[in-house]
Amino acid sequence: MSTRSHPKNWLAVTLFAAALVSSLFAGVPEGKKEVSGTPVVQSSSAGDMRVEGERRFHANCGRCHAAPQKFRPRMMATVLRHMRVRATITAEDRRLILFYMTQ
Amino acid sequence: MLLVPLGDRWLIESRAEFEGEFQRPPGGGPYGGPVDKHVDYAQVDYIANPYLTVTVGRFLTPFGIFNERLYPVWIRSLQPDPLILPIRTAPSDGGMFRGGFAVNAHANVNYALYVSAASIGISSVDSERHVGGRIGFFLPGPRLEAGASWQRTLQDARRNAFGFHIGWQPAKLPLNLRSEFARSFEGGGYWIEGAYRLSQAPFWQKPMRRTEVVARAQQFFVGAIGTGAESDYDLPGVNTREADFGVNYFLRDGMKGIFSYGRQFSPAGNFNQWSFGLAYRFLLPLGRVGSPSEVQ
Repeated sequence: MSTRSHPKNWLAVTLFAAALVSSLFAGVPEGKKEVSGTPVVQSSSAGDMRVEGERRFHANCGRCHAAPQKFRPRMMATVLRHMRVRATITAEDRRLILFYMTQ
Repeated sequence: MLLVPLGDRWLIESRAEFEGEFQRPPGGGPYGGPVDKHVDYAQVDYIANPYLTVTVGRFLTPFGIFNERLYPVWIRSLQPDPLILPIRTAPSDGGMFRGGFAVNAHANVNYALYVSAASIGISSVDSERHVGGRIGFFLPGPRLEAGASWQRTLQDARRNAFGFHIGWQPAKLPLNLRSEFARSFEGGGYWIEGAYRLSQAPFWQKPMRRTEVVARAQQFFVGAIGTGAESDYDLPGVNTREADFGVNYFLRDGMKGIFSYGRQFSPAGNFNQWSFGLAYRFLLPLGRVGSPSEVQ
């Protein structure tokens, strides 16, 4: 009986292992850990966060499309999770844009 | 398009498309024609950490920027596709690592590395085996983005393809400039596009704020594959140039009126291309719509 593994199995195992290792390194939930080197808006006022979120919205989202209407927070969070993946925006950008879009 | 968030880190997303082409037969009679249906992507995303997202399933191939980011009708500035869009943008079935992060206060990096492990070719589902990657740099200050793409096929003749993209939004002007270049065995070419919102016009300010004028110039050069086989890739069979002009009017949020005119020049003949349309985007919640913890 042959024991040779199929290449697709190796791909699946590799992807799963990478995701597992990455999540172990991550350690804390998404959105609560700041990236080293990222301009962080720490304990700033809601007004500052909104201004910074608007700036990042125009810098990131405005590259491809006009401002969308403001949806309910949970919907907007889903949309921004999608855009986090699609447009590869940074975690900090996503957090501030989400704050701006839900105010 | 379907988005299903699961927990704090998971997202299931999918987009399917159907498109009908109806025309009256030459001899008269009722309009008729084929309806094309296909799944653009059906993927599971796992946001592992701020640097990495793992995607598995069928996904849009990140070669250049148009296919992934500018394709939807409510986003694109001109409705006709760029001539080089079919170059190495066949859907991928496999896995992808991607992410974006800040390297310092003035620059972000984004990347994507992918393997398409399946080669399927049945009507609405088709893909090919390939491996590739894309890297981009974004400077938030000047709002300048530039990047490069690479892909190598893993079936038939193993060939490389390369692409480059750039985008710029000057802070002082409502202008959006984008350009892409691609080169592969099947052919090569480029497009450059500018979209200008007339919000700075000193007259008719209300309608002008809602109006965007667009222009695009592009060229395609037939590759070594030969002119006869280009149509298999939805590419022009001969060297082609095209100029397009358009106007978009944003009626209200999520809805825009579209008009464009283009003229294509090639040894096969020159012709005009007119587009009129209405794009409407809406969003329906399928579950609870309270406030998630990540917003608070």
